[in-house]
Amino acid sequence: MKHRTFFWFILPTLSAMVLFIALPIVSVAVQSLYIEHEQVLVVTESCGPFGCDETTTIDTEATAALRSEQPLGRFNGLGTYTNRAHLAFSEIGEAWRTTESLGDFFNELLNLPFYWALAFTLTYTFVVTPFVIVLGLAIAVGVNNLPRLFKGPTIFISLLPMIVTPLVGALILFWMVDADGVIGALLQRLFNDPSLSLKATTSLNWVMLIVYGIWSSLPFSFIVFYAGLQTVPHDTMEAAMIDGATKWQRMIHVVVPHLMPLVVFITLIQLMDNFRVFEPIISFQAEAHARSLSWIIYNDLIAAGNPLYGSAGATSLLTIIGVAFLLTPVLIRTWRDFNRKSV
Amino acid sequence: MLLKNATIAGALVGLMGSAAFAAECGPEGQSIRVLGSDFPAIQAVTATAEANCGGAANEFTITLRDDTRDMMNQAQTPNPAQYTSVIVANSTLTQQMNDGLVRPLDDLIEKYGASLKPNQLITVDGKVMAVAFMANSQHLYARSDILEQAGVDGIPATVEEVVAAAEKIRAAGIMEHPIVMNASGWNMGELFNLFYFAHGGELFKPGTADPNVNNETGVAALNSIKSLTEYAHPDYLSHASNETQGLWEAGQAALGIMWGSRGGDILDDQGSSPEVTGSTVLASAPTVAGGSIPAATLWWDGITIAQNISDEEAEATFAALAGALTADMVAEHNDDAIWLIEGFKPGPAAEGVAATAQGGAKIYPMIPYINLMHNAASAELADFLKGDETAEQTLADIEAAYVTSAKEAGFLQ
Repeated sequence: MKHRTFFWFILPTLSAMVLFIALPIVSVAVQSLYIEHEQVLVVTESCGPFGCDETTTIDTEATAALRSEQPLGRFNGLGTYTNRAHLAFSEIGEAWRTTESLGDFFNELLNLPFYWALAFTLTYTFVVTPFVIVLGLAIAVGVNNLPRLFKGPTIFISLLPMIVTPLVGALILFWMVDADGVIGALLQRLFNDPSLSLKATTSLNWVMLIVYGIWSSLPFSFIVFYAGLQTVPHDTMEAAMIDGATKWQRMIHVVVPHLMPLVVFITLIQLMDNFRVFEPIISFQAEAHARSLSWIIYNDLIAAGNPLYGSAGATSLLTIIGVAFLLTPVLIRTWRDFNRKSV
Repeated sequence: MLLKNATIAGALVGLMGSAAFAAECGPEGQSIRVLGSDFPAIQAVTATAEANCGGAANEFTITLRDDTRDMMNQAQTPNPAQYTSVIVANSTLTQQMNDGLVRPLDDLIEKYGASLKPNQLITVDGKVMAVAFMANSQHLYARSDILEQAGVDGIPATVEEVVAAAEKIRAAGIMEHPIVMNASGWNMGELFNLFYFAHGGELFKPGTADPNVNNETGVAALNSIKSLTEYAHPDYLSHASNETQGLWEAGQAALGIMWGSRGGDILDDQGSSPEVTGSTVLASAPTVAGGSIPAATLWWDGITIAQNISDEEAEATFAALAGALTADMVAEHNDDAIWLIEGFKPGPAAEGVAATAQGGAKIYPMIPYINLMHNAASAELADFLKGDETAEQTLADIEAAYVTSAKEAGFLQ
């Protein structure tokens, strides 16, 4: 294709991407470098049904004047990135100097909000992703070998977790694992421990969230692999059979290599999706036990009442950088494959 | 029902016949748009306002939803604002005032506020910024039958008595986890406020935005909370009002620290058994360590008028809402809330809040940076309650988290 033609072909997509993806990221990056103006405070008295109290209010006029001079706020450089709520360089340095063992140092590290969230986010990503790929392939192979009559209904049922809205799906599970719910009560019976509760301890909370993550992402990898299985070449399979390969050997040496591009594709999507895990933490009301990077962004924007845009922007950019780190190995692999094929 | 019909009939007569009605509702043909939280008292106020003045207005919309605080500032910042009135509480009034989104109401009250009592007016810096219509606070819920069965005399009045009663209930084999309390997310920070205030603490150094929680009072407050959570439902860290109310109504708790606004729902004949509702007592929030301050914060809910709307819309909105805060409305909805309005007859559902307020509980502070402190406590307290951290470490973390966000928000340098 001529370069000129190619340019006109992708212009609509390109402009949409610039407008809706690149520019917002630039805007977030710029905002993350600024913090709010110094607030002009006035000490006053406030009265109500329960009596009067001394209080402080913001002089909104004076603050508005500051704001109209510099709408973005005060320039703070990378200060927000290095403060305690994010990379916490000085706190880490302090911990390194004052702690005696590596274990103590890691305890101090995980006490910092960003690293505690990163720990959960990475654990979630690296446990959920492989499970989703392996189980998704297993289900796809299983369904592919079913008699034709059962295939349709089985596929439909397997896709249900994806059809249910994530928030609703998580809520349903939240009630089911409650001590009075069907799963929670069953577990108590099985382990004969009436005080067993999945929501009570941090480790069980993580397990619950990870199981939910696998459950909700499985249909995606299943349906991709199932589609891939329809394209496995019959000739190669027959040749392998004639050579005396067992079912398992055919699976490992023929089917899996054939599906490798799909594995790469699903890994890419899953790493990205899982790294920004968010909904289950809200639905399971699990923030006392597990927080993710996305949860921190949400918390900065919502829970503080008056949003901390700089803080949320910094965490957003750090999340993007994190995703880039995770994807690099996979992308390098894809690039090599691409070059090898084109030779 | 009869009363409701009478009100509507009255409104219709007014609409058809007299000019007095038009005057009560302010300028005609305006657009009135109200945002509020979804609970019975606010439903009653807004519905009454619409019944009275819906006809005089060109448009009358009522948006009642959960988590209004998450979106009210965004909705009110543009000019014109999305809502002409937001129904707020202590903390959300601060949130709105921080961005200058509500207007002073003094001139409107002069015109339309004849029926309001002086203690309904929330004044800041000498200007009325909101008109309160109901009060709320956390307080103790107790099951008198279970306490009796466990051999506890009377209703516990202090945290120490609550813990002792819980231990007796556990020892008697009646319940393993007799206490319920709200502790998820925002409620966690609120829990800290309750006990820190009850121990006599001040969140900030006087006259500044500097934090003041990492001290002995803070440690005492955390230990009080922990003494209660030892007996709390194992899942308490994920519990908010809906969960605790559910456990209470299911008869799975004997002592609870819950919101007064849930009293009506808990005592009514829906969702529970007569055994539970018949023996549920609403009492003052407990005091701690020989002090006299109940572990509770006092809250009000009230109406505000948006800054970024036309004066006519502001006038019509205020007239409609203030006109709904009458003895007639209260008479019809007496048990829906602890009304601050003339004509309220306190029933059993109001006893807990009334006792807590009389006991001298602190009002939830209306300070611009209170939300940042509250959020820091919500985020850091879990480590202590899970047993992963010492009280001192947790308090240091709360201060550090607060200072970080207060610097970004411009309150600290």
